[in-house]
Amino acid sequence: MSNKEKEPLFSAKNLKLLTGPLNQNNPITVQILGICSALAVTAKLKPAFVMALSVTVVCAFSNLIISLIRNTIPSRIRIIVQLVVVAALVILVDQILKAYVYDVSKQLSVFVGLIITNCILMGRLEAFALGNKPWQSFLDGIGNGMGYGLILIILGFFRELLGAGTLWGYRIIPQSFYEAGYVNNGMMLLPPMALILVGIIIWIHRSKNKSLCEK
Amino acid sequence: MNKQSNTYIIVYSIVLVVVVAVALAFTAMKLQSIQQRNIEIEKKTDILNSAGLFKEEPGMDKNKAVESQYNTYIKQSFLVDAQGNEVQSANPSADALKVLNNMKAALAVPEAERELPVFISEKDGKKNYIFPVYGTGLWGPIWGYIAMNSDLTTISGAVFAHKSETPGLGAEIATPAFEHQFIGKSIFKNGEYVGISVLKGVGASQGNDNAVDAISGGTITSRAVQAMIIDNLKFYLPYISKQQADVQ
Repeated sequence: MSNKEKEPLFSAKNLKLLTGPLNQNNPITVQILGICSALAVTAKLKPAFVMALSVTVVCAFSNLIISLIRNTIPSRIRIIVQLVVVAALVILVDQILKAYVYDVSKQLSVFVGLIITNCILMGRLEAFALGNKPWQSFLDGIGNGMGYGLILIILGFFRELLGAGTLWGYRIIPQSFYEAGYVNNGMMLLPPMALILVGIIIWIHRSKNKSLCEK
Repeated sequence: MNKQSNTYIIVYSIVLVVVVAVALAFTAMKLQSIQQRNIEIEKKTDILNSAGLFKEEPGMDKNKAVESQYNTYIKQSFLVDAQGNEVQSANPSADALKVLNNMKAALAVPEAERELPVFISEKDGKKNYIFPVYGTGLWGPIWGYIAMNSDLTTISGAVFAHKSETPGLGAEIATPAFEHQFIGKSIFKNGEYVGISVLKGVGASQGNDNAVDAISGGTITSRAVQAMIIDNLKFYLPYISKQQADVQ
């Protein structure tokens, strides 16, 4: 025990929990989880960002709570316990968004509620929080939330820029381009194009990381 | 303690659920007033926007700006019945907002007994009649506000909103590009009520005084907007003809 206490909060091992999901262990591009919401909320950058933040918060705190009570959870009902904790946190986040960033909560509409069914959350709870200490679980939650959020923000960036010519609601592509014949790519705003973009990101990711390629 | 025993599991789940329920009920109660206010501010902003009145005031809290402009420009608001009469009450503007908060219930009442709100704005001597409309889109409710000039024939502005239409497609009804098409359109053709049609195809409504272009890729939502406008404004026809008679 005394040995463990000396371990710094941000030891190399703990930092790996944070950074791993951003790259080698990305929930979307490597584990192919959470695709549904990644397609649905990324038509614009702002909702994508808020969604990324919400998932990170829910993932981190559900990991923390489950890890804190992991030794008391009867294994026969552990999935239900995990669901209750996740659902409670999601409702909390939804209520807070409705109260303080009403505009964004309207754009995200049902997708905040659907965080409950996001496979990343249950996956992390089952695979990590049930068997690890609270602090590590918390970091793992933040890491995975950010890994998910990173892809969402990349998708949101390209979809909004190419699909609507704006970023965060501000016009980026000048009016003179349109007068010269430039047209927004409406396809970018549709979910199928988001899937193609996810595919392209996976492609680029794997071509940079040979270790991810199947033999 | 045996963590696999039924008693443990039952007690565990009861405690867990009670703790979660208390926590959620507490937050919901704490935040409810702020959420209600957000909804009311949004409705007031939409009402002002439909008549082209709302202006962001730099350095001023948006909520306060909305409240003060609403109080300045909305001179009258009240309910009208199916015969086109103003409903008499002690506080007509509070009644109007109350019905506006639950348009679904107000529209469920049989038409003969229905009472729906009207808002009248005035700025620089220019009067606008604002009629709320409410309908069903593809995924959920859609609603909006149609502002009409004092002749009660041509539209001076429109604002639409929706709960869960598809972003980039049906959700485009809530963009200025779609809403601006309504300005100057007429709900009457040769003196007969026709409402506003939403026609498929870019430029399909060109030169048509009673139609606007639909959203491409948002056909069902566009049709829903058309049905919503035609059905809802129909209720106000007795009121509209009474006001027109008064003007003449």
